[in-house]
Amino acid sequence: MLKITNINTYYGQVHALKNISLHLIAGEIVTLIGANGAGKTTILNSISAVTPVKGGEIHFSGNPIQGLAPDRIVSLGISQVPEGRQVFKPLSVEDNLELGAYLRFRAREGRGAIRHDLEEIYTLFPRLKERRRQMAGTLSGGEQQMLAIGRALMARPKLLLLDEPSMGLAPLVVQEIFGVIDNLRREKGTTVLLVEQNAKAALKMADRGYVLETGKVILEGSASELLENKEVQRAYLGRDKKEVWER
Amino acid sequence: MQQLIWEAEYECMPREDLAQLQLERLQATLNRAYKNVTCYRNKFNELGIVPEDVQSLDDLRKLPFTTKEDLRLNYPYGMFAVPLREVVRIHSSSGTTGKPTVVGYTRHDIKTWSNLVARFMTAAGVTHDDVVQIAFGYGLFTGAFGLHYAAETIGASVIPMSSGNTEKQIMIMQDYRSTALVCTPSYAITLADRMEKMGIDPKTLSLRIGLFGGEPWSDAMRREIEERLHISATDNYGLSEVIGPGVAGECQGKCGMHIFEDAFIPEIIDPDTCQLLPPGSVGELVLTTINKEAFPMIRYRTRDITSLDYTPCSCGRTMVRMKKTMGRSDDMLIIKGVNVFPSQIEEVLFAIEGCEPHYQLVVDRKGALDVLEVRIEVTENIFFDEMKKQKAFLEMVEKRIESTLGVGATVKLVEPNSIPRHEGKADRVIDKRRL
Repeated sequence: MLKITNINTYYGQVHALKNISLHLIAGEIVTLIGANGAGKTTILNSISAVTPVKGGEIHFSGNPIQGLAPDRIVSLGISQVPEGRQVFKPLSVEDNLELGAYLRFRAREGRGAIRHDLEEIYTLFPRLKERRRQMAGTLSGGEQQMLAIGRALMARPKLLLLDEPSMGLAPLVVQEIFGVIDNLRREKGTTVLLVEQNAKAALKMADRGYVLETGKVILEGSASELLENKEVQRAYLGRDKKEVWER
Repeated sequence: MQQLIWEAEYECMPREDLAQLQLERLQATLNRAYKNVTCYRNKFNELGIVPEDVQSLDDLRKLPFTTKEDLRLNYPYGMFAVPLREVVRIHSSSGTTGKPTVVGYTRHDIKTWSNLVARFMTAAGVTHDDVVQIAFGYGLFTGAFGLHYAAETIGASVIPMSSGNTEKQIMIMQDYRSTALVCTPSYAITLADRMEKMGIDPKTLSLRIGLFGGEPWSDAMRREIEERLHISATDNYGLSEVIGPGVAGECQGKCGMHIFEDAFIPEIIDPDTCQLLPPGSVGELVLTTINKEAFPMIRYRTRDITSLDYTPCSCGRTMVRMKKTMGRSDDMLIIKGVNVFPSQIEEVLFAIEGCEPHYQLVVDRKGALDVLEVRIEVTENIFFDEMKKQKAFLEMVEKRIESTLGVGATVKLVEPNSIPRHEGKADRVIDKRRL
């Protein structure tokens, strides 16, 4: 469904992504793991055209998408949940969610369909329904993350780009959010590209993974293979250290 | 017949998806090899190449070749891409001149390897209901362990019989009701001969499948084995430097060995000019591993001569097929499964003081076993008027050859100038074997 070959991305003089090639098959959860600054978020931003890409190709459902504007990419079916949630804090929960369907509204899609999806998000995250009138800024971190995911889903994406959904959240909340991602895939067949610091949890849920190091892919494999890989264990899973906050 | 496929998601992958997977894995392999293996880094740097220069599968041709010489220069662990503590298994290839080559496997490599071998075993018809008798020699040689782990992965019952002891092999085959036999094709003939002598009808055995490899063999030999042992015989290909068995294997179509291209990228080159040859040409096989951790090989020159067939196969596998190997691009001989170079014998002869003779190797197959004869021209230095001295000399040479090659040979003295010479050089090797 998504096929990337040899993309290169620069931040000024800094060569952030060097010849990245990766692919996602429809219905897959694929995770990108690597240290800070390895280029994980840059890959997501390159797909969603937030960061311009130099060279290489990005194909989505068989069509080239590099060079398209970010809103075009959203309307093609790719939604990004940005790092740090980035919800619109002064707006209500429901307004935030409806903004997720902005392009559908502009495309004159019926109010009913959007309303229907809103209800679905509320079923997925009952907590958001309870707080639908509340200002988004007053939500807890976990609730804001749910809201950010819900907002992305309102665009009816075929591919969801998730950037560090577990960041700064309590273990139980992380479990809940990962549970929702897993459900989405099972029930709706949503394809997910997941960036996570919490490599162990991400690999447990994902089908496959790519390990990044200083802007390059150094390993590709099934998630179970990567979990067993000694290099991955040492560098990203803290094998030698006792797990502090994650079971 | 029901066609089973071990890893259909890879073996039957659309070729377009395969190309993407190959590129991703190739780039990751190059990034790791460049970072972790000094030999590759130096070779790349010499040519001014960095891994990022490989942006397509076609760019592979920019990279330098790796040869057996590189492995010997980096003996024993220099080509490893992971620290030794992550290596769970070490194998070695049968020695060429000088040092043998050492290869290593991580736990994940062993798993990858088992699955690759399981692919061709499954293609040959092995299932978890089979009793697999492995008559390859266990030890540093990769053959026995490769098939052993794969058979266990499939869930078959494995009899780690090892090589030799033909009568016991037959007894176990009868008593344990082995259904699949793993050995060299020539040993399969030996088994058939012995059964004939012992008055055992192969039809009374449970044997139904034979997986033969380790040495080149012909379709005529396949027919002979199939008729005499009443089994279906398939060929497989591999070399320890690349992984061992499991590089390629035949399906039931028996029309070439499918190379498992999600793990290896094959190329065919002209062995003299090193130029890449178009698809279908006959030339030397060059292999690049793209999912090995401990021992990545970049453009390894196998020295085996073959050709690749990209036309679709009736079995449904999309992976390219290689012909049975047609020979070597160097002068290596495979005698009783052991790699022998004429230069090794030359070295032995030169090492014997005062002996710089013209020699000739004659390889023949007596029954089903290879025999090697070394003919040495008598010179002034090696001329004995006493029979006793001459006998002692010959025995000494035989002993040295056996200890160097790992294969026994008979040494014969012949008259001066009786070995034909071409342009001053003797015709070193006569291979009388019917392959």
